[in-house]
Amino acid sequence: MAQKKGHRSSSSDDPEELARVPLQAVLLADSFATKFRPITLERPKVLLPLVNAPMIDYTLAWLESVGVEEAFVFCCAHSQQVKDYLNKSQWMKQPGTFTVQPIESHDSISAGDALRVIYNLGVIHGDFVLVSGDTVSNMSLKVALQEHKERRKKDPLAVMTMVIKHSKPSSLTHQTRLGNDEILMAIDPDTKELLYYEDKTDQSQRFITLDKMLLASTPTLHLHNDKQVVILIPTFVNIIFAALSSLLIYKGVLSCPMSHECWISDCSRHNLFYTFLELYDLELPLYKFPILMGKRLIPVVLFFEILKDCYIDICSPEVLSLFTDNFDYQHLRRHFVKGLLVDDLMGYKIFTHEIHSSYAARIDNFRSYDTISKDIIQRWTYPMVPDVQYFGNCSQMKLDRLGIYKAPDVDQSRTAQIRAFSFIGNGTTIGDHSVISYSVIGQSCSIGCNVSIQGSYIWDNVIIEDNCKLSHALVCDGVYLRAGVVLEPGVILSFKVDISGVGYIWSTTEGGHEEEWRHSIAPIPAEKLMEFSLSAHTDLGLSNQDVNSLPASGELQLDSESTGFDDGEDYKDSADFEKEIEVLLKFEEMCSETTKEFAPLFSAILNHLYEKDILSEDAILSWAEERGGADESDKIFLKQSEPFLKWLREASEDEDD
Amino acid sequence: MPDVQALVNDFVLKLKRRKIEGSHASARHTAELLRSVISHQRMPYMNQAGALIDAVKAVGEQLIAANHVELAVGNIVRRVLHIIREEDLSSTATGIEGLGISAGSDDDDEGQREDRPALSAAALAAAARSTLRAPSLQTLLEDIPDSAAAPQPPSSGGDSEGKSKSADKNLRSRKLKHDVIEAINELIQDIDTCHEQISEQAVEHIHQNEVILTLGRSRTVKEFLCAAKEKNRSFRVFVAEGAPRYQGHVLAKELVGKGIQTTVITDSAVFAMISRVNMVIVGSHAIMANGGVIAPVGINMVALAAQRHAVPFVVVAGSHKLCPLYPHNPEVLLNDLKNPSDLMDFGEFSDCMDFGSHGGSPLLHVVNPAFDYVPPKLVSLFITDTGGHNPSYMYRLIADYYSADDLVVKRSYLLSVLLMTGTLGIRINLKKLRTAEENFANSIGCWCNKPVEAPSSKTLAFIVQI
Repeated sequence: MAQKKGHRSSSSDDPEELARVPLQAVLLADSFATKFRPITLERPKVLLPLVNAPMIDYTLAWLESVGVEEAFVFCCAHSQQVKDYLNKSQWMKQPGTFTVQPIESHDSISAGDALRVIYNLGVIHGDFVLVSGDTVSNMSLKVALQEHKERRKKDPLAVMTMVIKHSKPSSLTHQTRLGNDEILMAIDPDTKELLYYEDKTDQSQRFITLDKMLLASTPTLHLHNDKQVVILIPTFVNIIFAALSSLLIYKGVLSCPMSHECWISDCSRHNLFYTFLELYDLELPLYKFPILMGKRLIPVVLFFEILKDCYIDICSPEVLSLFTDNFDYQHLRRHFVKGLLVDDLMGYKIFTHEIHSSYAARIDNFRSYDTISKDIIQRWTYPMVPDVQYFGNCSQMKLDRLGIYKAPDVDQSRTAQIRAFSFIGNGTTIGDHSVISYSVIGQSCSIGCNVSIQGSYIWDNVIIEDNCKLSHALVCDGVYLRAGVVLEPGVILSFKVDISGVGYIWSTTEGGHEEEWRHSIAPIPAEKLMEFSLSAHTDLGLSNQDVNSLPASGELQLDSESTGFDDGEDYKDSADFEKEIEVLLKFEEMCSETTKEFAPLFSAILNHLYEKDILSEDAILSWAEERGGADESDKIFLKQSEPFLKWLREASEDEDD
Repeated sequence: MPDVQALVNDFVLKLKRRKIEGSHASARHTAELLRSVISHQRMPYMNQAGALIDAVKAVGEQLIAANHVELAVGNIVRRVLHIIREEDLSSTATGIEGLGISAGSDDDDEGQREDRPALSAAALAAAARSTLRAPSLQTLLEDIPDSAAAPQPPSSGGDSEGKSKSADKNLRSRKLKHDVIEAINELIQDIDTCHEQISEQAVEHIHQNEVILTLGRSRTVKEFLCAAKEKNRSFRVFVAEGAPRYQGHVLAKELVGKGIQTTVITDSAVFAMISRVNMVIVGSHAIMANGGVIAPVGINMVALAAQRHAVPFVVVAGSHKLCPLYPHNPEVLLNDLKNPSDLMDFGEFSDCMDFGSHGGSPLLHVVNPAFDYVPPKLVSLFITDTGGHNPSYMYRLIADYYSADDLVVKRSYLLSVLLMTGTLGIRINLKKLRTAEENFANSIGCWCNKPVEAPSSKTLAFIVQI
């Protein structure tokens, strides 16, 4: 509080800030997705309980804590339920500066529609925070807001600041923790401008194409994937760069799967890259470049950062009007962000703000529901943890050892065991010899004897009779499980299901959609893990074939034509050949026209490119032949590299013998 | 009244959200809030102290429940309750005397008349205080019969005696409230000035060329050291940085700003340095009734190191940190687990916490406790605003500040209701009894760690019989 007060008073000292508009927020209480079906058929997603409070409480509490004064809750599906909840909750009647105002709409089908509705209402007057109602965060927006405001002052086209966070996937599965789509971002390290954004929802698209202009225009560039780092481009070497980058892109290196480990352990298989780096700072000729050019050598810095999008945006009012102007924008990221980045005419820019120690994540599938619940229980979201009563209306919780949260009136049998990282709500009874481990159990549940509950989420008023076994299941309000029911991992039971008799319910993951395991609440099945470890094993063992085996999650695979470019046979198909020549021509052209400083080094570079298998012998020779027929002025480089070519020809003759 | 309720709700919410943290701030806010609660409390015709106590308890219960870790809140609630009881006692004395006067005027007994005024009200109150008898419920209830015995709706009392009595009552009621508010103001002032009071004693404890070790940052410690410096003592300070919040760095900066020779060390280097140290001075979160200390994490280790090398271990704390509860009390929540991201960056370790790949159970746990418990035998001296005390003397100090009836705020409320129903036969409304039952169930539940159903009227009757 003191902090906030300090902030307020300091801002009121600033004469410009005197006429400030209150910080507003738009909270989308509808995800416009169907990931939580069938539960969301009965209750809106934002009202689903997350550990001990509805998701929307987490988001509203966060908005309140960052100093938002006016929050507009946009409700669409089940809007009456959301409104009823808000009316009953403390948010509406809370004294102080934080006001919550529901906005209702019945015909919006996307975030784009929602923002258009809000624009038409004309309630947003200044910068606003755009979040969805399923965001859990404890970050402070102060710095991000400050940055956003300063950028806006300098450049009115900077309309949006996205919050991103550092995150690492599991080393084994290369799978994001939250089970959501992977995102590839290119960020300018100096200005933090977002240059490229691609969420890889399209699984078939295995490699990305980057705009050459984009690369050429920005001196240094970090590409972040939430899985792997792909490339970064050093500054001054435009020439090599343009040549190589086109090569790189066409080779698919930019989309080449390269995790942290394999990059360090074995660079040689990404030999393009390696070459590039070597050219840059190891090999002799290029060593001289800085001296030659009189330019500063900017060292290559490798960033192995893995970023995730927190889906928290600070937007300027223009964003709303942009949505209105482009009535086909639906999805915030897929359409809006990409649209802005592609659109050169208006020149709007999007910036990023990286958070480090604080927490921010969004629940958009069952896996992230599971992960974020566990993060909350492990207190990463402090102070929004069950025993702090942050939301005011929740019952009091007591935190025991090993992260066991227990309401004061839990009726637990002496022989029942509650193991680490569990949450037991008010009025729940637990029978003899039952075992509960890392699960969340809501209020007024009744659990019989010999029940085993593992990694499951059980909401309120659930009755579980004796000898049931639940693992990694989600059980909604009012479900009745009769004696002996077994729930396999990944089961979702919606409201008021009554399962009678001894029965087995098989996981929905089986026979379901291929990608289901990524989003399920169940841990990754053992077979899948075996698969991963096997592929990881082959990865280490047979490093020359790893290109095929590495992309475990089916992401970022090489384009088929360039799979295994280490392999000589595949490599020299005609398309490759032509492109190599093209690269060579381009390279030559640049040497002669744009960057003449490189001219003396042409043959050295050529040699290097050959040694590193970037350019094939045939390509070089055919280039030489082609050049042989040209006029004198074009032969400079041919002449320069004559010794090399000669050696090349002799070598090939030797081989033929 | 509604605005007080709003104030209370606001404060409860702030406590719940941990927007007010630290014993000093929360103690001050609590005292101010209770002052406004009391000043807005409408005084009933009789049993005014009881009404005030009920009001304070009702608020206090909410405040304590809002943040169990912040023991200072509970301390202040209990202090205020004690103040009310004490003021009531003194005003009862005045009242008895007043009654004595009026009674004396009726029956012209000269001897009695001479006797009573000799025992002046102030002297009586002083006597009550000096005996240090905690004003128990019994004494509290003593004044009820006399007021109950004279049920006097002002309309009915036509005679002059009744009028004079009611006027006297009014005066008393205003006086009680006034006195209580006055006393709370004093309490607030005490809280405000506790740092100065403590640091006045600095020169007696810090000697020339000594080496002092402290851990983390405590405002009291800072002012204590600065006060010694201002008196031209030259000494050196080792500051253990106090991971994971590293408040020691802040303290080091402040001390250097005051011109004190300061060395920052890691927490783990304390044992290595302790042999060169003459005295350890630390702050605390709370001092328990047995003389044990709840202090920022790491201090127990310092205390053990100090004991090993026979270095005096001194705890400085304002008297608002003095908690009448024992650490084994079920109401006392010893620890608070803070955000694990203080320890490590979440992003760096997020791959270790992938719940998908280890059968759903996280293999990495990060725990960030806020407090340590230092047992009383490790503490050499407490320096509070009333002077230096031995740990074994703490219970005595506590008896000065708190009355035994208030130790468990909820329970004593129930007992008072029970006593009122049982012994005095005053009709209380059913709703009150209902809440009493619930409270009783809760408090019993706390003790047995098992929920007990709200006692039926039979059990209630049973308890009353006891």
